[in-house]
Amino acid sequence: MTAPTTKPQKTVAVAADHGGREAARARARSLTSLISRNGAVAVLILVVVLGALIVPSFGKPDNLRNVALAASFIGIIAAGMTFVIICGGIDLSVGSTYALATIISAMYAPRGSFIAVLYALLAAGLVGLIQGLIIARWRLPAFIVTLAGLTGVRGLVYFITNEGNDHPKIDGRLAFEALGTGSLATIGTPVWIMLVVFGIGWWALNRTPFGQSVQAVGGNQGAAELMGLPVKRTQTIVYVVSGLCAGLSGVLTTALSGGGQEARIGDAYELSAIAAVVIGGTLLSGGVGSMVGTLAGVLLLFVIQNLIVQGANLNSYVQQVVSGGFLLVVVILQAVLSRRAGTSET
Amino acid sequence: MTTLTATFKDRSAVAAWTREHGVYIALALLIVYNAIATPNFLKLDTVQLLFSQVPPVIIVALGMALVIGTGGVDLSVGSIMAIASAVLAKFVVGGTPIGLAMLYAVIAGLLVGVFNGLVVAFARVQPIVATLGVLVAGRGIALVITGGALVELFVPIFKDIRLGKFLGVPYVMIVAALLAAGVAFLVRRTAFGYRLLAIGGNRRASVLAGLPVRRTLIFVYAISGTLAAVAGVIATARLRASDPSYIGLLMELSAITAVVVGGTPLNGGRVRILGTVTGAILLQLLESTLVSHNAPDSVARMVEALIIIAAVYVQRPSRSSR
Repeated sequence: MTAPTTKPQKTVAVAADHGGREAARARARSLTSLISRNGAVAVLILVVVLGALIVPSFGKPDNLRNVALAASFIGIIAAGMTFVIICGGIDLSVGSTYALATIISAMYAPRGSFIAVLYALLAAGLVGLIQGLIIARWRLPAFIVTLAGLTGVRGLVYFITNEGNDHPKIDGRLAFEALGTGSLATIGTPVWIMLVVFGIGWWALNRTPFGQSVQAVGGNQGAAELMGLPVKRTQTIVYVVSGLCAGLSGVLTTALSGGGQEARIGDAYELSAIAAVVIGGTLLSGGVGSMVGTLAGVLLLFVIQNLIVQGANLNSYVQQVVSGGFLLVVVILQAVLSRRAGTSET
Repeated sequence: MTTLTATFKDRSAVAAWTREHGVYIALALLIVYNAIATPNFLKLDTVQLLFSQVPPVIIVALGMALVIGTGGVDLSVGSIMAIASAVLAKFVVGGTPIGLAMLYAVIAGLLVGVFNGLVVAFARVQPIVATLGVLVAGRGIALVITGGALVELFVPIFKDIRLGKFLGVPYVMIVAALLAAGVAFLVRRTAFGYRLLAIGGNRRASVLAGLPVRRTLIFVYAISGTLAAVAGVIATARLRASDPSYIGLLMELSAITAVVVGGTPLNGGRVRILGTVTGAILLQLLESTLVSHNAPDSVARMVEALIIIAAVYVQRPSRSSR
């Protein structure tokens, strides 16, 4: 059930195998499968070690702390995105939802930390709920519904900021600012919050009936329906989760910066989040994926970017070329490896 | 009993008809609304303005429709427009004749398209991620080509592209119409068109049936890249400059919206060319309607979102055909 796209293992053939050749082949297959599943983690370790050796300024604790902090905002969004993609969907609206939460939490800051955070998360969750209901109940393609969400919610952000002319700021210190600016064991709070989100995400995906439903629905919706799983409810909830994650990330951004964001903040964040999820080994076709992989994918994206900045003295355009090229290399390798491992169909 | 089934049939027939013709109905309604509510709408100038604004979207959407017909999607079209624009500027500034420079720009788009096709066909990377990589890298490449700066171009022929008309129809619209006719011919009357739809319907079955799946996919992405480059040249002519950080920005979303609003299903196996063209015109007219009624940008975006949802809702497959 966890990997419905996997071809049936040839256990019978192994049992009748005399020379042990089939068994060796099966071992090799499981090894490539292991690498392709946890490829992002392996590549991340490799890149960090090599990076630290080659580029001295990269390995400094201060720099690593900054990389982790910068990665935490996309990271939290990507955690929610992982659920959506494993469930067989996609959420293009997260960048706009993130912007909405950023603006709302700054707008309501004068009414206290609790209200500011609550309203921002409610708005973000509501965006997810509406999209989830449309996708699950009306059976409309997730790509289009969330594309409309991307456009519509961005419109809403411009609407509440007076066509992008208002940049709500937080006056004075508020309790929730500590969420962004505080630190624990010298590492910024957003990083810890990201780790907690991934922890909860891992638990929910692998240890709860909800997680099982998400994987089953993404693997084969028809089969999940026939098994009597709550398909529509699961589909709706994943978009709420994604919306809430984008909202939390937005709240943390306001907490860190004290507000004053442009209305176009979070533009194209959905692309980074999707890229991180895919680099992490989650298949866009649904059914298969891992939270650990996504975490490694996000960190990998930001580590590479940082290495380009620190190591090679490249201008921002060349950086763009390198990060796009890197994404291509990773997905091509992954596609080739996973086919070798027999986990993907034609 | 018989009357009941009869009405039932009637109702499902109406639903089916609406599903098939939703985008035309929507365009007709919007035109009627404008004719009544927008002053000066029924003037030649208004139509000419619309027809000079919409061609880049139509041209990109045509290629996108083919890609979506194979069950894929091409997110790189906006970046390809930027690359074409940058290549054009580079050669024009270098003294190459404008015709040759335009040709090079289109070839650049073709090459990027072929690259997309190779990655999708041979590495079997999912189209959305493969072209996402090119989206990110492509705009960077365009910026590298021009050094990141806006390059103003003073080329006489750009004025013709911008303002030229034949029998009152802007040249660019004629080009878009010819390209649409060509693509429609390709889909409906050639073996390539049938192969394309077969792959979109079922890639595995197409492989088993011995169709040249890889070659067809590479062709499809190459066409999409080429058309995007043509749109990039037109956009450059309209801007009178090459601005790689602006040209084609978010074009992939407009094109996908036009295709889907036009009734082409996202999961492939079916392509509607006239619907795609109508979808592009509908979206452009919607935008200019909102502008002419002084709706702020924010409201325009929200209305656009609702229209997208409404369009796919009307065209959603009926339960029986699912």
